[in-house]
Amino acid sequence: MVTSSAVAEPQRYLEAQIRWRPVEIAFWLATLLPFVLTPNYLVLASQIAITALFALSLDLILGYAGIVSLGHAAYFGFASYTAGLTARWGWGEPLTGLVIAAAAAGVLGYLTSFIIVRFRHLALIMITLGLGLLLAEAANSASWLTGGADGLQGVRMWKLFGVFQFDLYGTTAYTYSLAILFVFFLVARRLINSPFGLALRGIRENAIRMPAIGAPSPAHIRKVYTIAAVMAGVAGALLAQTTETVSLETLSFQRSADVLVILILGGAGRLYGGLVGAIIYMVARDQFSGINPQYWYFWIGTLLVAVVMFLPNGILGGAARLVRSGRSRA
Amino acid sequence: MIASAFGVLFDGFAYGMLLFILSVGLSVTLGMMNFVNLAHCSFAMLGGFVTVTLTNELGWPFLASLPLAFLSAALVSVAFERVLYRRLYRASDLDQCLLTIGIVFVSVAVAAYIYGTIQQPVNLPSYLRGSVSVWGQSLGVYRLFLIGVSIVITAVLVAALEYTRFGAKVRAAVDNQRMARGLGIDVDRVFAVTFALGSGLAGLGGALAIEIVGLDHAFAFTYLIYVLIVVAVGGLGSIAGSFVAASLLGISDMAGKYYFPELGAFLIYFVMVALLMWRPVGLFGRR
Repeated sequence: MVTSSAVAEPQRYLEAQIRWRPVEIAFWLATLLPFVLTPNYLVLASQIAITALFALSLDLILGYAGIVSLGHAAYFGFASYTAGLTARWGWGEPLTGLVIAAAAAGVLGYLTSFIIVRFRHLALIMITLGLGLLLAEAANSASWLTGGADGLQGVRMWKLFGVFQFDLYGTTAYTYSLAILFVFFLVARRLINSPFGLALRGIRENAIRMPAIGAPSPAHIRKVYTIAAVMAGVAGALLAQTTETVSLETLSFQRSADVLVILILGGAGRLYGGLVGAIIYMVARDQFSGINPQYWYFWIGTLLVAVVMFLPNGILGGAARLVRSGRSRA
Repeated sequence: MIASAFGVLFDGFAYGMLLFILSVGLSVTLGMMNFVNLAHCSFAMLGGFVTVTLTNELGWPFLASLPLAFLSAALVSVAFERVLYRRLYRASDLDQCLLTIGIVFVSVAVAAYIYGTIQQPVNLPSYLRGSVSVWGQSLGVYRLFLIGVSIVITAVLVAALEYTRFGAKVRAAVDNQRMARGLGIDVDRVFAVTFALGSGLAGLGGALAIEIVGLDHAFAFTYLIYVLIVVAVGGLGSIAGSFVAASLLGISDMAGKYYFPELGAFLIYFVMVALLMWRPVGLFGRR
């Protein structure tokens, strides 16, 4: 991808990457369509925005730094409970609640990142899985705090900016989630197209060579892991605030696996992969699970096998290939 | 208190032996090809459902259904290996994880479609039910049977690996796959046979598990985590490691449920994370 002229002028390469393409602008304008076209599905739309943010956070560590995690829901759920408890204990202001929850997830992410940097391959998968399960079990055991299997009840959010009530139709919820998603998307985009982002891709390609050319891999991994934990935390806090409840499911292995599937479906390491994956996955699940939730897993499993066998870079990767081959033919 | 401690040890060990049968195949194939096969427990679930169908619908005796559980899991796994797995040996960990998780999803959905989402009952013959008294301890007959079966399996596995030509090839391939290829060993074929045997053992484990832990459509997911813990803690490609790790896990899980029920599964996850942080390659792993 990186041509020799780009190597000679890294500054210009990064500048070219950071320019907004028309298709990106079209994508973000299209996210406003649900307000007009499907006003009855705004609750679903807000869930999609939250899932997209969660998938984006996983993309940072998996797609760019190559850290496979089967326990990413730990940060999502931890922040979800933090946000829920903050509101329950009498501080229902959404934005500050979001900041508090994100900070909590960040601290957890920073602490666990010291463990994460020490492992690769199967041990890493098992460690992330184990940490995720550990936290889920802890939340299940501490039912006096978390409400256990019944979920956290009594979360009451104040009006957003003191004006907008979180209503049943999800108008406020979707606006709020979408705005936050967009903000963090900008952050991720800036991050990826920076020298730091390039260093992350270097770690993904060869973790041993990076320190040899003077880039401290462990420090970079710790940094990006913490950032990803904060983003996952924001997504979790958004879910707690917009649904005004928190369940154990936010910490479950199922959620970690789902977000991985979403990212892979869309295409990892492409920034928009998680977003596109979240839209397709959530809409399809909404349609299919009306029939029977069990069959839903049949289709998602088949899809996953098909993506791995035939579309190694996800749906976006496949689309990019189609566009490229179309251009070269023309 | 001492009596119950012995009972917990015994039940935990029997449970650990079950986990050993379920996971030993995965440990060896992972050690050989580094192929992360998360669908291992799907094959175990298949074995379980074969036994349920044979004994409940067709009236077969329980013991006679066990070899069929082994065979069916082995045959189906070979089909999967030929068609899907083979192409991904050189792919990344992540791709292998995703492909096999996809298979787990499909298998769970298919099991729910055919058998529903309820726990499956199994009819044990009368000589495997009840308990016997040994030195004042009452021991479940089925658990004794389980321990017996797994000790026989371990002995056969160790003997086959140590003293047969095929076993030598397997050991060579686990130790250094490229060197083994260089010496003219057909690693792909050795792997296919090992994979079939390992999955067959999982199928047998699935059939034996019904009485102890139950069988429902989600088995492939629930026990995947336990099997992975055994493999990761025991170390890849090590039968002794799997044996020790499975016993440890079975006993600590049983003791945790017995003495600290409020902690749930917290204890075993904690033990796993702590062990992995201490020794990332597992207790008996070398890489």
